[in-house]
Amino acid sequence: MNDHASTPVTTLHQDGEGWQLRGPLQLTTIETLWPQLRAQLKSGDILDLAGLTHCDGAGTALLFDLSRRGITLQGLGEENARQLAALQPDKALPVMHTARKAGPISQLGHQVALLIGQWRNQVSFIGGLLLALKNSAPQARTLRSSEIWRLCNDCGTNALPIMALISLLLGVILAFQSALPMRQFGAEVFVANLLGLSLIRELSPLMMAIVLAGRTGAAYTAELGTMKVNEEINALLTFGIDPLRFLVLPRLIACTLMAPLLTIFAELIGLTGGALVMKGFGIPFGTFMGQISGAVDLGDFASGMLKAGVYGLEIAGIGCLFGLSAGNGASAVGNATTRAVVYMLVTLVVTDGIFAFIYYLMGW
Amino acid sequence: MALIEVRDLVCRYGSRTILRDVSFDIAAGEVVTILGGSGCGKSTLLKHMIGLISPASGGICIGGDEFIGSDANTRQCILRRIGVMYQSGALFGSMSVLDNVRLPLETFTRLDAAAIELIARLKLRLVGLEDFAALFPAELSGGMQKRAAIARAMALDPQILFLDEPSAGLDPVTSAGLDALIRRLAESQGMTFVVVTHELASIHAIADRAIMLDRSVQGIIASGTPDELARHANPIVSGFFLRKPED
Ligand SMILES: Nc1ncnc2c1ncn2[C@@H]1O[C@H](COP(=O)(O)OP(=O)(O)O)[C@@H](O)[C@H]1O
Ligand SMILES: [Mg+2]
Repeated sequence: MNDHASTPVTTLHQDGEGWQLRGPLQLTTIETLWPQLRAQLKSGDILDLAGLTHCDGAGTALLFDLSRRGITLQGLGEENARQLAALQPDKALPVMHTARKAGPISQLGHQVALLIGQWRNQVSFIGGLLLALKNSAPQARTLRSSEIWRLCNDCGTNALPIMALISLLLGVILAFQSALPMRQFGAEVFVANLLGLSLIRELSPLMMAIVLAGRTGAAYTAELGTMKVNEEINALLTFGIDPLRFLVLPRLIACTLMAPLLTIFAELIGLTGGALVMKGFGIPFGTFMGQISGAVDLGDFASGMLKAGVYGLEIAGIGCLFGLSAGNGASAVGNATTRAVVYMLVTLVVTDGIFAFIYYLMGW
Repeated sequence: MALIEVRDLVCRYGSRTILRDVSFDIAAGEVVTILGGSGCGKSTLLKHMIGLISPASGGICIGGDEFIGSDANTRQCILRRIGVMYQSGALFGSMSVLDNVRLPLETFTRLDAAAIELIARLKLRLVGLEDFAALFPAELSGGMQKRAAIARAMALDPQILFLDEPSAGLDPVTSAGLDALIRRLAESQGMTFVVVTHELASIHAIADRAIMLDRSVQGIIASGTPDELARHANPIVSGFFLRKPED
C-alpha cells in the first residue's frame, strides 16, 4: 500500500569520466530522474548500470531513450538487457503521420463534396425506401406486424405522459397570457378562438414533433447507428435482407401513424388546460366549447393532422438515415445523433413554412 | 504470502448462481490460466477479481488488502497494482491508439509529454503495433484492438495483469509472440498474470498453473500444471485437453 514510502531512491553519480546509476528504475522513481539524465548526459557519455536493481517497463523505456541519444550503457544485468533488447533499441520509432491542416480552398472543396455526398445519400435513401415499399406492398405479411405494434407502442403510448405535461403547460400559459390583455377589452371569451386555432393548426403538431424528435427520432439514430457499428446491418445485408425494409419501413409506418394520434391527444389536453384557466376568468366550459366549435372547422383540424403525419414521416426518416450512415465507433453514434436531431428540427421549421405557404395560396 | 487470495467466492447474476465457493491463491510472479467451456463463468470470475462486480459472498485479497468492501483509498491502491485487458478490447473509441495508452500515464504520473509518448510507443512496439499508433480503434482489426488493449493494460507497469482471452482472434504467430511477451514479463519483472484462455498451445506455453472451471460443478473442477490437467482422471478435464466433444 505504501509504494512510495518503501521505494528506495535511485541516484546518479559522476566519477571521473563516466556516470553511474544506482537503485531501482521504475515508474515511481524515474519521474525526476528522466529530465535530469536528459540534461546532464551527452551523446558519447558512458553510463554504468551495474548498480541497477529492479527495472520495469517504464525504466526500460528510459534506457531506450538514453541509448537512442547515443549514450553508451554499460554493465546492464542480464534480465534487464533482455528487456531492453525486446524493445529493439537499434530500430528507430516510425514517424507518426499527423494530419496536415488543410488550406481554406481544400476545406471548402471538402465541405462541398461532403454536402453533395449527403444529398446523394438522402436521395438514394428515399429511392430505396420507395422501392422497399413497392416490394413489400404485395406481401404485407412480411412487414412484421408485431414489430410495428411494438414500435407504435414505443413512440406513441409511451410518449403520452410527457406529451400531456407539455401540452397542458402550453394550453395553460397560452390561455393565461392572452386572457390578461384581452380582459382589458372585455374580450376574454375570444381567448377560446385564439387557443383553438393556434393549438389545432400550429402548436400542437409542432410540439408533438419536437417531442417525437427528441424522444424517438434520436433513439432511432442511436439504435441503428449502434447496429451499424456492431456489424448487425452487415449481417442483414449478407442474408439478403434489405435493412430499409426490415428496420426503416416499420419505424416510418409507426411514426407516421402515431404522430397524428399524439397530436389529437396533445390538442385535447392543451384545450383542457385552456378551459381550466378560462373557468378561472369566469367563462364556463360550455361557452368555451361553443366558441371553439365556431372558430375551428374540420379543415383546420385536417390541416393539423396532415402536418403531423408529415412531421412523423420526416422524423423517422431522418433518424433512420443518420443512424444507417453513422461512422464507426461509439463517438460516431453520438455524432450522428446530434446531427440528426438538429437536422430534424430544421426540417420541421422548413416544412412548417412550406405548409403555411401552401395553405395561404389555397386559401385554407 | 499469496499475492491474490480468493476465498469462498459466490457469484450470482440476479437469482442465477454462476459460481459457488470458489477459492484459490495466486503467488507473485505466477502465470495462471483460467480455462473452461464457453459460458462457464471465466469472465465473471475475472470481473469479480478486478472489483467490477461485488460477489454475493466471499472475499478477494490483492497484495494483502481486502478488495471487497474496501474504502476508496485502499481500492485506488489496489487498482494501481492491476492492469486489465477486457475480452472485447474496450479501447476508448474517441482516442487514437497511442492516446489510449497515454491516458493512464498522463493521469497518474508527472512525467513530461516526450517521456510519456516514448513509453506509450514502446508499449505499442512490444505488442507489434508501433506503426498503427495514430489510428483509431475503429480502424483496427479485432486482433489488433486486443493487442492495443494489452499495451494499454501494461501502461503503468502493474504488478498483476488480467487478460480475458488475449489470443482469441489472433494469428498463430502473433499469438506465440504474445505468449513469449507474457513469459518474459513474468520472469524478468516478476509480473503476475491471470489469463483466461482456451488456446491449448498458449496454456502449455505460458501457464505455471491452470485453474479449470466447469458449469457442472459451478466452480473449480480441477487445478494444477497443464500437464497434470491433461492427464487428469476426470474425463471432462482431460477431454478439454484432448479436444474431445462432450457427449
Ligand atoms: N451481465 C450479465 N447478466 C446476467 N447473466 C450474465 C451476465 N454476464 C454473463 N452472464 C451469464 O453468466 C454465465 C457466465 O458468463 P461468462 O462469465 O461471460 O462466461 P465465459 O466463461 O464464457 O467468459 C453465462 O451463462 C452468462 O449467461
Ligand atoms: Mg468470457
